[in-house]
Amino acid sequence: MTARRSYWLNWVYALPALIMIAVVNVVPMGQTFWWSSGFGRLSSDSRLWGVLRNTTMFTFFAVSAELVLGLAIALLLAQKFYGRGFVRAAVLIPWALPTAVMAMAWRWIFNADYGVLGDIFYKFHLSSSPNIPWLASPGLAFFSCVLADVWKTTPFMAILLMSGLAAIPSELYEAALMDGAGTWRRFWMITFPMLKPTIAVAVIFRAIQTFGIFDLIWVLTGGGPGGKTQTIALYVYDVVFRYQELGYGCTLTLVMATALISFSTIFMLLLRPKSS
Amino acid sequence: MSQKQRKQSSKFLFFGAVALVCFWSLAPFLWQVLTSLKSSEEVIASPPVYWPSRLTIVSYFKIFSARPFSVYIWNSLIVAFGTTFLCTGVAALAAYAFSRLKLPGGKAVSNAILLVSLFPPTLLVVALKQLIQTAGLLNNPLSLILTYAALNLPFAIWVLANFFKQVPMDIEEAAQVDGLGRWSVLWKIVAPLSAPAIATTAILVFIFSWNEFLLALTFMSKDAARTVPVGIAMLSGVTIYEIPWDQISAAVVITTLPVVAMVLAFQRRIIEGLTAGAVKG
Repeated sequence: MTARRSYWLNWVYALPALIMIAVVNVVPMGQTFWWSSGFGRLSSDSRLWGVLRNTTMFTFFAVSAELVLGLAIALLLAQKFYGRGFVRAAVLIPWALPTAVMAMAWRWIFNADYGVLGDIFYKFHLSSSPNIPWLASPGLAFFSCVLADVWKTTPFMAILLMSGLAAIPSELYEAALMDGAGTWRRFWMITFPMLKPTIAVAVIFRAIQTFGIFDLIWVLTGGGPGGKTQTIALYVYDVVFRYQELGYGCTLTLVMATALISFSTIFMLLLRPKSS
Repeated sequence: MSQKQRKQSSKFLFFGAVALVCFWSLAPFLWQVLTSLKSSEEVIASPPVYWPSRLTIVSYFKIFSARPFSVYIWNSLIVAFGTTFLCTGVAALAAYAFSRLKLPGGKAVSNAILLVSLFPPTLLVVALKQLIQTAGLLNNPLSLILTYAALNLPFAIWVLANFFKQVPMDIEEAAQVDGLGRWSVLWKIVAPLSAPAIATTAILVFIFSWNEFLLALTFMSKDAARTVPVGIAMLSGVTIYEIPWDQISAAVVITTLPVVAMVLAFQRRIIEGLTAGAVKG
């Protein structure tokens, strides 16, 4: 009897953490439900659909590019070579640097008058003028933001995939080598199928984070030009902190949460290992 | 091509790819370093000057004299160190309970915590701002310390609990026979033996707190309360068309240099921590 009671007392150690998590994560979720209002406005909110489309497209392009690039980097860094530690650190740097601060750095690179990217494009004859409005042109701004995001988040993807690569037993490769399988064949027959669960986890994780993207775009374009780069998080921020519409902002937050939950559920069902 | 030539050319290709990856990862940062060392005329030269004709550190003086940049740095240091200590300490306590003590319902609760941690902070910011306002903590670094610590707890608990599990149980039992209570066992035996994991957790929490933007932007509206990322993003000239790029680049370098140093020093540890934290999903 006393032994049982003392087990419950063990919770005391976890209590500070549980209270903090509850106050910062669970309470706000409840409040968002409680405060939400103006559901009727959703169907007639023409901006919302544009914003949802931007966010979905952004997530799709950014995560796809990250996956391809991250996989290439992971395969490269899985090899043993002299100086690998330094190269790994170099690859990690974009992930570790503050997003908002590096967004300023990218704004400078993208600058239409003095930016270096336009000049490089001009020097390589990819553009007739060095003054390319990377962030001001409605057609370009979206992809400029995707580029900066891919730069910032690919390291994380590469690290996750590297851990997946490290878990593949080397006997499989040895056996394939004996059978005379080439590099390309070894990748498709062993690496890719064995890596699939890691890819699934990494893509879901990254997609959830990218769907909520705020700081990078806020600094780069502020959602402009003409709302072309506005994502749902920027829209919520505008509605609540600029137009002071707390109730509708909470409703939009719920829309974002619903979209996230349904996306990740569908994705997980699609990528579920076919065991049964 | 002979066998040897083929081997040589594939080696050449491999190191070319490695060099390309390094360039892609470092170029935006290095371009900031170069910009920060140019004179203000060369910063806004068109076409861009790739290598400054004369290196100068005048931008670094300007950022401290013309802007409250030292205040931003001070605020960021308070928030980052405060969060790191609070989060690591509280997480160690909880990780000890989850990994080594009998907890009725412990599995269900730790699963719920992991689920909660998956959602991006963007979903919480609206309600959190109201909560912080009600608590009277706007423009107070405590608001960021408490929120950042709570947001990092799930990850920190996970990494630490996994490590604590590996400390042999008989060491703990022997200490208890010697008359040490649970509290002392945690801080004198389990925590010191898990020093590498605690360091990893602390490094990652520090980087998160040093970098966070959205909550810092919404909780700290006064200029004197701002952290570095918000301070830099808000830097502008007399008019909005006159952005002081020379000062911004100096500010970017100062802010990112400690992080670059940490990555170079603790690369292996950071990768281990990220991997351990991510496998949870």
